[in-house]
Parts: sequence; C-alpha cells; structure tokens
Amino acid sequence: MFPLEVSSVEINIKGKRIVGPINLLLKQEGISVLLGANGSGKTTLLETLHGLRKLSKGKVRWSIPNKLAAKEQSFVFQTPVMLRRSVLENLMYPLRVRRFSKPNAIKEAMHWVKKISLEKKINQQATLLSGGEMQAVAEARALITKPKMLFLDEPTASLDGLAKKTIEDILVLAAKNDTKIIMSTHDLGQAKRLADDIIYLHKGLMESHCLKDEFLNSPPSDAAKQFIAGDIII
Amino acid sequence: MNEILQGLAQAFLLIVSLDSELIAISLRSLYVTLTALLISTIIAFPLAALIVVTRFRFRRLVITILNALMGLPPVVVGLLVYILFSRSGPLGVLGLLYTTSAMIIAQAIIITPLITSVAHQSMQGLWADYRDLLISINTSKPQRIGTLMWDSRRALITACLAGFGRGIGEVGAIMIVGGNIDNATRVLTTAISLETSRGDFSLALALGFVLISLALSVSFATHWFGKTERGGLW
Repeated sequence: MFPLEVSSVEINIKGKRIVGPINLLLKQEGISVLLGANGSGKTTLLETLHGLRKLSKGKVRWSIPNKLAAKEQSFVFQTPVMLRRSVLENLMYPLRVRRFSKPNAIKEAMHWVKKISLEKKINQQATLLSGGEMQAVAEARALITKPKMLFLDEPTASLDGLAKKTIEDILVLAAKNDTKIIMSTHDLGQAKRLADDIIYLHKGLMESHCLKDEFLNSPPSDAAKQFIAGDIII
Repeated sequence: MNEILQGLAQAFLLIVSLDSELIAISLRSLYVTLTALLISTIIAFPLAALIVVTRFRFRRLVITILNALMGLPPVVVGLLVYILFSRSGPLGVLGLLYTTSAMIIAQAIIITPLITSVAHQSMQGLWADYRDLLISINTSKPQRIGTLMWDSRRALITACLAGFGRGIGEVGAIMIVGGNIDNATRVLTTAISLETSRGDFSLALALGFVLISLALSVSFATHWFGKTERGGLW
C-alpha cells in the first residue's frame, strides 16, 4: 500500500485555494505529525489524503488501487463522531461492516474496551460519554480494524493529563504494530513526544517535511521558527 | 342533551358487552390501516434513507414533491384509485373495487408520502452527524441506509404513528373505494359517518370511542415497545 504519493494536489473551495499545491511522499514507518497554526489546512489535507475531499488538482496515489487502500484506512475526527449506540456497539460497528460474525466482533470489541479502560461503560450510550472517553472510543473504533494507515485530526486537542496519555500510549503501540500514523496537532509538546517526521503547513502550503530533530533544530522558515518558539503566528 | 347522554350510555353498553358488530368493524379498521401502514413503511423508510444518502440531479424536486404529497386530499386519492380499479379502468380485471384490498391500497397511497417525509427529515439530521464517519469506515450504500434506519428507529416509530393516525381516521378515500358495505368493507370511520346520518348516535358514539382508544393504545404500545424517553437512551 505504501508509499503514498501525493503530487501537486490542490483543494479549492469556491475558487479559493485552501490547500496546495502539495507534493508529499509518505513511507510506511512511524508517526508523521502535521504541524501548523489554525487555518493552515491541516484538516483539509488529512481529509484529502483519506479521500473525503474531491481534489481540485493533482493526484493521491497509493501503491495499490485506491479502492483497496480505502479499506486499510481509518480516520479519527477532531470532534469524535459517536454512533447513537452503546460503547460496545460503536466499537463493533466497523467490524460488522466488514462482515465479521457477531461473536467475533464482540470479542474484539471487548478487547479494545479494556484497552481504553471503559469496561464499566460498555452498555452506555456512547453519545453520553465525556469528551475524553468519546475520543478514546473513536480511536479504538479506528484501530479495531487493524488499519495500515491511521489518520488523526487533533485527537487530543481538548484533552488533558491522563486522557491525553491514554490516547498517546495507544498510538505509540499501534505504530509499533505496523500501523502508519499521520496526525495533525498544534501542540508542539505532543509532536516532540510522538513524531518521527514532521510536516509543517503554513497557509495551505507545505513548508517542510523532515525528521523531527531536523525540524526542531533548524526550522525551515520564519513561520516555523515562530511556531517552535511559541509565538503567535499571524 | 338527553339524546347525547342516552347515546353515551348505550355506547358504553355496546363496548362493555363486546357487541359483535362493533368488534368486527373495529378489527376490520385495524386490519386495513395496519396493512396499509406495513406496506407504506416498507416503501417509505428505505426510500427516505436513499434520498438522504444519495446526491442526484432532481433531489430537491423529489423532496419538495414528497412534502407536497403529504397534503394529498384523501378524497382525490380515493377517486383515482376508484378510476384505476373500476370495471372499465386499467386494473379493473383484478376486481378489487369495493374490497378491503382497494382500501388498503388507497390508504397506503395516502400515508406513504407522510411517512417518507417525516422519516426523511429525521434521518437527514442523523446523516449530517454520521456522513464523514460512515464514508471513512468505507461502508456500502445499503450499509449506510441500514445504519441510518436503525439508529433513527425511534424517530421512525413516530413516523409510523403519524401514518397510523392519518390512516385510521381517514374516511374520504375508503368510503369511495370500499363502499362501506356491511360485513365486508365497513370500518370505524365509514360506519360513524353512516350511523350519524342515520341518527343512530349510540352506535356512532361507541364506534367513536373505540376509534379514539385504538389510536391512543397503539400510540402507547409503540412508545412502550420502543422504550422512547426511557432510561437515558437518548
């Protein structure tokens, strides 16, 4: 399925360019972090790579046909989308869609419920969980299909402390188990903790794609420098 | 005033003594409307879900037409079905005129747009929440339709109730196509209309009470089975 080849991709909305042109090559290993200020196009780029957006220009190409690649991907949205069902049924859903038998789906879902420590709430309506719990369920639901590629859009933006750590730990483990992760964040600390390589977006353009240390030690642009320094970027 | 009180008393007697004519008419009413409702839901729910998840050229037009058809005058539907099934009509050979089948068809035509419209509106809201997730999980169109229908089942029950209410109280269409034939096509509403014009208020009132209590008890039962508004399910 890898590498993922993105060539001169542009997304225009009502004639206005939101993102691009972007050229990018993603390899299978590790966690790539998409950094950038608000409105820099992180979400749009992630959604584009996942195939949720129509390309205005350019190509997104996996090494296997896109239809097959779509089955190997999961996406965790910034605001977690919970099905109006119980926690367990939320986790079972992607498996049932993939025609897993009910007992198998339950077994797998129970396994993940334990991982996110929600055993006591398996029968609770998922829409009534706390923000952190919803985010954890969304992540578990994304990983339950063992995707080769996982997209996360600011998965911990509104979380703190323990909730954040739970989610980060699961991500690190998933990356070790052959799931390529690309996540957006504007939390530099999180990027430092998790990233192998960093893609820096500024005003819809990709300013750099390099290893974490390289990015931190020699920022590719003034904007990136300010970002690392924690300045407000206008 | 005295006449009405007398009527009330006699009505009470008729109901308590389980008058055979009263029961036959009530059962026939239920049979016609419930069958029509069944047919309508089988058409309306998937149709509504399909309109929600598909983008096609005349979508807006279709929705507008559906909404407009909600106000379809029963008498006109009755007339059309009558013409369709009358001896010289295109479907005259079926010999359905003045049978409960014709009444069922007429009622189904009246309540299908209503149910479709109500179902469409509630699933539309759910789809706005679910869209990105369901596309991301790589669901097929039938799976999307199934998920929407299942997760909005309580709203669909309400749609059913609205349809049932319209059907059971409807008199114009079934009078025309059923003919209000004693022991064959006489139902609650047509009987009330007849007894009233005959001046037999007691039977008319008794039938009226049955009609109201039928509508109420079906509503209660559906809410009960659907567990609506109970236990923090919503």
